[in-house]
Amino acid sequence: MNEAPAGHDPDMERRRGQEKRLRAAWATPRGWRYWSAVNNTEVGVWYTATSFAFMLFAGVLGLLIRVQLAVPDNDFMTGPFYNQVFTLHGTVMMFLFAVPIFEAVAITIMPQMLAARDLPFPRLSAFGYWCFLIGGVFVCGSIFFGAAPDGGWFMYPPLSTDPEQAGIGADIWLLGLSFIEVASIAAAVELIVGTLKCRPPGMRINMIPLYAWYILVVGVMIVFAFPPLIAGDILFEMERMFDWPFFDPRRGGDPLLWQHLFWIFGHPEVYIIFLPAIAVVAMIVPTFAQRPIFGYSWIVLAAVGTGFLSFGLWVHHMFATGLPAVSLGFFSAASQAVAIPTGVQIFVFIATLLLGRVVSSTPMLFVWGTLAVFVLGGLTGVMVALAPFDWQVHDSHFIVAHLHYTLIGGGLFPIVAGIYYFFPLVSGKKLSDRLGKWVFWLMFLGFNIAFLPMHVSGLRGMPRRVFSYPEGLGLENLNLVSTIGAFIFAAGFVLLVLDVVRPRRGQPYADTNPWNAGTLEWLIEMPGESWGVRSVPQISSRYPLWEQEGLARQVAEGRCYLPDAEEGRRETLITTTIDALPVQCLRVPGPTFITLWAAAFTGGVFVFATFHWWFATLVSGILGAGAILRWLWTGTAEIPEKPAKDIGLGVTLPLYMSGPRSVGWWAMFITMMGDMAAFASLIFGYFFYWTIHPDFPPPDQPDPSAGWLGLGLVLLLGAWWLTVRARGRNAAGSPGALRGALALGAVLATAGSAALIAAAWLPGLDPTSHVYPAIVWILLIWTAVHGILGVVMQLYCIAGSVAGRLTPRYDIDIWNVTLFWHFMALTAFLTVAVLALFPMAV
Amino acid sequence: MAELFWLMAGGAALIWVLVLGTAFYATRVRPRPHGEHVGRMLILGGGVAFPLVVLTSLLIYGLALMPELRAPGDGLKIRVSGEQWWWRVAYYRPGSDAPVHAANELRLPLGQRVELELDSPDVIHSLWIPPLAGKVDMIPGRTTRLVLEPTRTGTFRGVCAEFCGASHALMAFMVEVMEPEAFAAWLESEAAPARPAKDALARQGADLFLELGCGACHTVRGTEARGPVGPDLTHVGSRLSLAAGIMPNEPDAFARWIAEAEEIKPGSRMPSFNMLPARELDALAAWLESLQ
Repeated sequence: MNEAPAGHDPDMERRRGQEKRLRAAWATPRGWRYWSAVNNTEVGVWYTATSFAFMLFAGVLGLLIRVQLAVPDNDFMTGPFYNQVFTLHGTVMMFLFAVPIFEAVAITIMPQMLAARDLPFPRLSAFGYWCFLIGGVFVCGSIFFGAAPDGGWFMYPPLSTDPEQAGIGADIWLLGLSFIEVASIAAAVELIVGTLKCRPPGMRINMIPLYAWYILVVGVMIVFAFPPLIAGDILFEMERMFDWPFFDPRRGGDPLLWQHLFWIFGHPEVYIIFLPAIAVVAMIVPTFAQRPIFGYSWIVLAAVGTGFLSFGLWVHHMFATGLPAVSLGFFSAASQAVAIPTGVQIFVFIATLLLGRVVSSTPMLFVWGTLAVFVLGGLTGVMVALAPFDWQVHDSHFIVAHLHYTLIGGGLFPIVAGIYYFFPLVSGKKLSDRLGKWVFWLMFLGFNIAFLPMHVSGLRGMPRRVFSYPEGLGLENLNLVSTIGAFIFAAGFVLLVLDVVRPRRGQPYADTNPWNAGTLEWLIEMPGESWGVRSVPQISSRYPLWEQEGLARQVAEGRCYLPDAEEGRRETLITTTIDALPVQCLRVPGPTFITLWAAAFTGGVFVFATFHWWFATLVSGILGAGAILRWLWTGTAEIPEKPAKDIGLGVTLPLYMSGPRSVGWWAMFITMMGDMAAFASLIFGYFFYWTIHPDFPPPDQPDPSAGWLGLGLVLLLGAWWLTVRARGRNAAGSPGALRGALALGAVLATAGSAALIAAAWLPGLDPTSHVYPAIVWILLIWTAVHGILGVVMQLYCIAGSVAGRLTPRYDIDIWNVTLFWHFMALTAFLTVAVLALFPMAV
Repeated sequence: MAELFWLMAGGAALIWVLVLGTAFYATRVRPRPHGEHVGRMLILGGGVAFPLVVLTSLLIYGLALMPELRAPGDGLKIRVSGEQWWWRVAYYRPGSDAPVHAANELRLPLGQRVELELDSPDVIHSLWIPPLAGKVDMIPGRTTRLVLEPTRTGTFRGVCAEFCGASHALMAFMVEVMEPEAFAAWLESEAAPARPAKDALARQGADLFLELGCGACHTVRGTEARGPVGPDLTHVGSRLSLAAGIMPNEPDAFARWIAEAEEIKPGSRMPSFNMLPARELDALAAWLESLQ
């Protein structure tokens, strides 16, 4: 802020007035109300700090593992406690660090990168954060009561379904992590919509910063990869709580179904960790090469290709399960193929460095670490992708080495590079370069000393997940060296944390754009204001700060779009998906505690269910649903006081949009894609059982009643049709017709859901007797619960119509509910088609 | 297999040096300005063409090994069942219906392709003998197969490679590869019932074994002990290790195992008989040790 002393300059007064209003609109609440903040500048920082704290916790667990394995036959920990420690180490690193840190960093910097004031659903970010915190503390805390999960982070049944061997820890894992997965999906929806709809005018799809491209790819991956795991969690928890035999071979189940569902999630998960970290490198490399990325289209295609291929690799985690040779060949080939887009990304970086003039810096040092470590991990990855070699090293310390080389090289080093690079955006000051060199060399050397020897110990026959090993197998020295390396590695982290948290009052603020970068996040003044970008510029290049002269000045002087907050409201621009033409001025909601309550009560459902406190679960569920409804009612689809607003430079944009042009519709669409992925996983389960049984459905088990199924389908399709009609009639100016159609639709939907339940209930399908009735019940319950959810939405719209917040002109809610019902109709149709027709067909 | 490994390890090291060398050249060696065609060559050559060629040849070479690794056996079949936390073993000789029961140890004839049928009654285990072959999972409700063709005699150590609960780390076994004649003789003696106890201490141990109800879980062929739950102990004294590869086969170890099984192997279904006086433990150990 270059505040000139001239008091009478009218232009200066204009700017001062704008800044005052913006500051008031975007002010961070003070005192205890600070925790009601929802703005990305606060939530993003909490998110980052929390996931980093979980990482340090899991790192300490990793050190405990190394202490235990330092010498043979060690009794530092008991075997059962060690099993909790390694399970939690993997679980926390994967679910509470690797995925959340990407979401945290993205929430923090993406709006700045897109010159947006905030992401489109700030309260959803806050809700996701609180879910993450509550779930994470619940899962981590369990170890202090000796009740942590101890079945490995992959939780294979039947070990983990056995109530005698896997106690409450398994439920904590399943329910705690399901809760966090929901939060991850929420963040993914937010980030996808943010990338597609919240870009600055002119930033066409081929000009998006690479980081945002990667986030888009990863967001889509999350939407399709996490739901199969949630579906698996549902089956798993039904077996644990109610003895439904999904994984019990004595009653037709199969433990391998869990492995499929887990790794359909688990392998994309690896790339969900890797891609956003490489995205950080893709921002750092051009900055320090001082030239635009060379091969923009190549790297974008490679990122998309990696994301796509990553869904076809899961079976390489199951090479030792005795699958047919054809599957092994196919998945070996697919696993090797993914090396090609990965290689393209690496070589795009190298080519950019080659063509640029490289400036040395601490972030670049960590980029070097990324290259050195990740490339080695990738090469051992190519080796283990070959099934015959994998049979030898699978589940040995060779794999421990391989996975840490890929995750630390391809995940952690880039993140640390990003911490050094982006730190000024958050605090306005740089981290120490001198300490940075120490941090790097401690981490780099420590890491290699710790993990390089594990390749050898694995080849010498040391399996994973063992709490001790005998003397005389040639493992003693290797393990001791690994342990020493682990502590050197940890020392690097201690130094990094010290540098981040040390008071830096005396240190001057960094210059604006301290690295001379080319992308929009560096428009921010040092220290940054919570409004983010001062005014939203028109973009015409991939590196606007390098290629659009005078841009920073125009933005800072408020000469671009949305320079003011005349009505004292938080506003950001919505643009079209491909061409980024401005179409709406979106008002985003401000601070609130309701998201915290919603997260606390939703969390209560999962926590109480873990302990089988059903009454508390029910109460918490009702309160949670109430909180969410209140949040929706008070914070979304607000009718503006005027239809449109002048956003500056002679552009006037509507303040309200509904249907496919609105962000809410997109969010619903993406959420429902995830919902369908979970549903598809359940259907996959049904057919999986068919493939492993010579006669499925089994002849001695009753089939669900085709008549009731058909009736249920007809009623639900009726409810769908009425919902579609309700939207059309309302838009045509008849809110009364909307209320009538939705009321009738709600009755039909309720009756249809009940008919589906009756279809299994009346013929007496016993879900504990065999897996066939169990999977039928699950599909019916899934569909019926969605039907009831649809009823709640219909009633919500009726209430909105009556209260005047849903009108023929302002009709977001009914658009989104109609969209839900399209998917609902598809779900009902597929469920009934499979359950009624398949038994007749075979 | 070893050839494949060294080939890949050498190739990997070379590629690593090349990639890092290129990156080093690009950043540290101040190069003269390069045209964009160099960058394009780098991306297309290093990122697409080179890996395409290398990976395709590697895939063909590697997968060509598979049929051989999975070819069927030539006669002897061994059924191995992974149980928490030990191995149930049964030898099926060609032409004979009656299996020979044993536990926690595999003996293999040199130069024959022996087929292992693997399963598990409780949780997933994985059988891995690092010097002999890759691992294959043992999955409840399924039968998996592994064919071994040992090429040298000797004693090897095998382990469970899939995490299988509290004492996963304590589930190992010994493998002895023998000359075919020696193997045949061994299998013959393994098929025979237990020899009667010779000295007084061992006789006392045999009586105690039955009195204490050990026979409810363990079988000692030729006695009244016919329990199917735990390992068959008919020739336990002749095995190379105790308690699934974690203790030496010595009288002291027998006594310690009987007294402290639950402490030595957490979660084990074998109870600790630590109420027994030392004398009785010694008698049991003497008898079990004599079951050659």
